[in-house]
Amino acid sequence: MTEIFGVPIGAFAGQLLIGLINGAFYAMLSLGLAVIFGLLNIINFTHGAQYMLGAFCAWFLLERIGIGYWWALLIAPIVVGFTGIVIERLMLSRLYKLDHLYGLLLTFGLALVFQGVFTNYFGSSGLPYRLPETFSGAFNLGFMFLPKYRAWVILASAIVCFGTWFVIERTKLGAYLRAATENPALVQAFGVNVPRMITLTYGFGVGLAALAGVMAAPIYQVTPQMGANIIIVVFAVVVIGGMGSILGAIATGFGLGVVEGLTKVFYPEASNTVIFVIMVLVLLVKPAGLFGRER
Amino acid sequence: MSTVALAPAIERERNRALLVTAIMAALLALAPWLGLYPVFVMKALCFALFACAFNLLIGFGGLLSFGHAMFFGTAGYVCAHAAKVWGLTPELAILTGTAAAAGLGAITGALAIRRQGIYFAMITLALAQMMFFFYLQAPFTHGEDGIQAVPRGRLFGLLDLSEPLAMYYLVLAVFIAGFLLIQRIVHSPFGQVLKAIRENEPRALSLGYDADRYKLLAFLLSATLAGLAGATKSLVFQLASLTDVHWTMSGEVVLMTLLGGMGTIFGPVVGAFVIIGLENYLARFGEWVTVITGAIFVVCVLAFRRGIVGELAAWWTRRRT
Repeated sequence: MTEIFGVPIGAFAGQLLIGLINGAFYAMLSLGLAVIFGLLNIINFTHGAQYMLGAFCAWFLLERIGIGYWWALLIAPIVVGFTGIVIERLMLSRLYKLDHLYGLLLTFGLALVFQGVFTNYFGSSGLPYRLPETFSGAFNLGFMFLPKYRAWVILASAIVCFGTWFVIERTKLGAYLRAATENPALVQAFGVNVPRMITLTYGFGVGLAALAGVMAAPIYQVTPQMGANIIIVVFAVVVIGGMGSILGAIATGFGLGVVEGLTKVFYPEASNTVIFVIMVLVLLVKPAGLFGRER
Repeated sequence: MSTVALAPAIERERNRALLVTAIMAALLALAPWLGLYPVFVMKALCFALFACAFNLLIGFGGLLSFGHAMFFGTAGYVCAHAAKVWGLTPELAILTGTAAAAGLGAITGALAIRRQGIYFAMITLALAQMMFFFYLQAPFTHGEDGIQAVPRGRLFGLLDLSEPLAMYYLVLAVFIAGFLLIQRIVHSPFGQVLKAIRENEPRALSLGYDADRYKLLAFLLSATLAGLAGATKSLVFQLASLTDVHWTMSGEVVLMTLLGGMGTIFGPVVGAFVIIGLENYLARFGEWVTVITGAIFVVCVLAFRRGIVGELAAWWTRRRT
């Protein structure tokens, strides 16, 4: 029992773990995209940049002010979420009556601005983020070592995803949100302040991206390009899953991360492209996406 | 569809566009004698054709492709490989590159038109990223180095293209031919149906137009012309590299079109010259170019959606009424 499909079980489990970690980030990011798209009808191209901002925010807090990981988990999403609210109020709110494509173009431009500014000051090489003491070491599972921090990321992202699902599908606030997604004018007529809800939703989605960024900081290098690389994959994830369902976005994110990890074991050359290939197959078989509705 | 007669307004518009194109062609033919640096104009012309091809899709079909770099870059790679490794003459190398882009356009187009609006943009972006990773790993592209020192060769085996002026006039001829073809497409009944689909797809469908077929053909034409631009560029710079298939290149062509004016005939040309000029001028500021590019996007979307040519046209109409 040391091999599975002709691959040493340690290597197999190791890639599975990396896949789950990547999947956790895909899930959190595509969740944020889906929530924002639901209410604003905008694909937030800045999402990757905001994930990067979250990571940089955590790095700043630690290296310049000496505030550690746990506070960063709280502070970075609030700070970045607040910049999101400013962006929504000043810019995005002017575009709701126009073709949806303008939202995509605007947020693409903003992503370039953020990425360019940070590349200017920090270059393209990565900045390391020191792991908190609590997480040094690993669990010995017998067939492999599970680093504590990676276990935490999987657990925490599952909690965040579940929490978001719970708020949207099971609370009164979430009910307002879903109603406003279906018919904003009617919800407004019932006395709900829809514009404010839209603003806060965007702030929340952006905060979620920043939270993912903080969690990613100790695993990946903190670089200005980290967001651009992941956001395109997340777009493919969103196309595959469809944005109609919260649980669908979460499941697709984790699932595709695992598939990507396993591809690294069996056919490493395709590990960068496998998600796009799956997207092509899904488009051929079920164009609306696995969990999507035509709209 | 051949029975649709062109309205007099379109006829007038078409003739005016042809007149302006003739003036533009004459000016461009004189450009090297007026002290303009030929390599700069050639680069701008390649991007202008690229942007016009992109504009055919967004401006007249309403389809925002965020992956047009894959056609531009694919044609560049294939053209460079054909000229350098297979030893084809330049005109055949360009044709081979363009054909490769057309083939890729047929496949990706058929996939992308299965979804609409924002999804269409995301699918094209994802497919282009897939091609990027493919070219990163494929041996014939030489990875980060790209295909270097591509021979320009002799056009039809006769005209030596290593002469800067010969190359310049070839690029100009390719651009004008592509540009006229795009005008012909836009002002044809096909172009009018495409606009109808952009404005109201269910209605066009109910009138009996097979919207998907029109969209696919528009996508194919756009990809082919983008490929023509990319193949020509690889001969001009004697280089095909990953830059041309990267997503930033897709973004750049969107920006040129947006800045010049989406859905106008001349907008993308103006946008391409402005952006290439700007990049030339700002090259020494390094990454600030990215910031400025992003800022132009933001300003265009918020305050300047018609673009330079669109605003000028609107100002002209206002003044006359």
